[in-house]
Amino acid sequence: MSKKILLNSKDIEIILHRLACQLIENHNDFSNTVLIGLQPRGSFLANRLADILKNEYQVKDLQLGLLDITFYRDDFRRRDAPLAATATKMDFLIEGKNVVIIDDVLYSGRSVRAALTAMQAYGRPDNIELLVLIDRRFSRHLPIQPDYRGRQVDAINEEKVLVTWKETHKKDAVYIEFK
Amino acid sequence: MSELSVEHLLGIKYLKETDIDLIFKTADHFKEVINRPIKKVPSLRDITIANLFFENSTRTKLSFELAEKRLSADVINFSAGQSSVKKGETLIDTVNNILAMKVDIVVMRHASVGAGVFLSKHVDAKIINAGDGTHEHPTQALLDSYSIREKLGSVKGKKILIVGDVLHSRVALSNIFALQLQGAEVKVCGPTTLIPKYISSLGVAVETNLKKALEWCDVANVLRVQHERMDIKYFPSTREYTQLFGINKEILDNLGKKIVIMHPGPINRGVEITSDVADSNESIILNQVENGVAVRMAVIYLLAQQVKR
Repeated sequence: MSKKILLNSKDIEIILHRLACQLIENHNDFSNTVLIGLQPRGSFLANRLADILKNEYQVKDLQLGLLDITFYRDDFRRRDAPLAATATKMDFLIEGKNVVIIDDVLYSGRSVRAALTAMQAYGRPDNIELLVLIDRRFSRHLPIQPDYRGRQVDAINEEKVLVTWKETHKKDAVYIEFK
Repeated sequence: MSELSVEHLLGIKYLKETDIDLIFKTADHFKEVINRPIKKVPSLRDITIANLFFENSTRTKLSFELAEKRLSADVINFSAGQSSVKKGETLIDTVNNILAMKVDIVVMRHASVGAGVFLSKHVDAKIINAGDGTHEHPTQALLDSYSIREKLGSVKGKKILIVGDVLHSRVALSNIFALQLQGAEVKVCGPTTLIPKYISSLGVAVETNLKKALEWCDVANVLRVQHERMDIKYFPSTREYTQLFGINKEILDNLGKKIVIMHPGPINRGVEITSDVADSNESIILNQVENGVAVRMAVIYLLAQQVKR
């Protein structure tokens, strides 16, 4: 198995700042907006974006939740490896809010569908947007598209997009793995 | 590890420590779910569960039913009192008739020891033992350990006392297995007539002096005096039992330390425990009930993962 680097840490840094600015453009001071990172991998991106918004663009009172979607997935009992859940940390309701769902890679769209169902437990938001770091074009199973994307990638099904973060792998990078 | 090593939950004695860990980790997530505004997840939409209660139960049945519904499973209930069991139908026939209606999981309580094991060998469904006679009550032991872990951080190395009618208690036996598996020390206390002879072979010490036993322990799990299972007199009078083995505020105040009080319910207030103790800050009796739903959701969820499509 070989892998090719798609984004290095500098590229990721630039993209994160652009995404943060795009969010500010649409959501101003975030007074009626909440960010929700999808556990486990989307939460690194969500935390990073929240830090940039707070520290570099002086957004105060930013609400960030981390949502686990395991129990809402549509492949329960349909896969070989059992599903393991991670923690949900949502200490607010989303009734009447603008929600931005954040995940690292958008592939089939099924995780996002599960997230839309999972969020119903926390109220009826005014609207929901989707932000992803990597958008894998041509691989969607559902009619779901991102509103904010870091980079669009054309990868065939046998290829895998791998995102690593400083927090877990010592460096920020995005790779494409070939079999 | 994210899969149970067993195909059914028949008793704690069939579990490994890693199974208990997995159940507790999963239960943590479900505890968060049942504290949301909408306390339900759609995971088990295509699973059907039958609750077969051949013996009376209120809280266990409610707790299982709630756990199943919070996981979005379809639930059917059966109580022996209103069924063909009274007309002489055998256990296997009753269950096979229910399974013919395409049931995936059976939760069963039965007065006979080993009923769950017997059933698991003869029918094609996941079996969860919700109490078999005086033998095991695995989900109760799991929720008890889960509650201790929640209150004290861990079960390992803790000293747990089980007080009362150990002889007739499936809760006691399952608790002993579960606590020892997790590295706790277990002692029992009660009238010698209500302590089974085999108890020392399980590595459990016996203390007949309640005060000494309470001084030793970190947690006291107080059992109900099961009058309905006593066909002979095991102690002279309820009053004498209460005097020697009843837990009251005075005896706890004189210990010089705080201990956690548990009770699997239903409580005989004023017999094995007084109201002021049952309702005190040291009591985690109602936490046990709440945790019961989360732990049962975890067990059902993990077993349902193994149901073939």
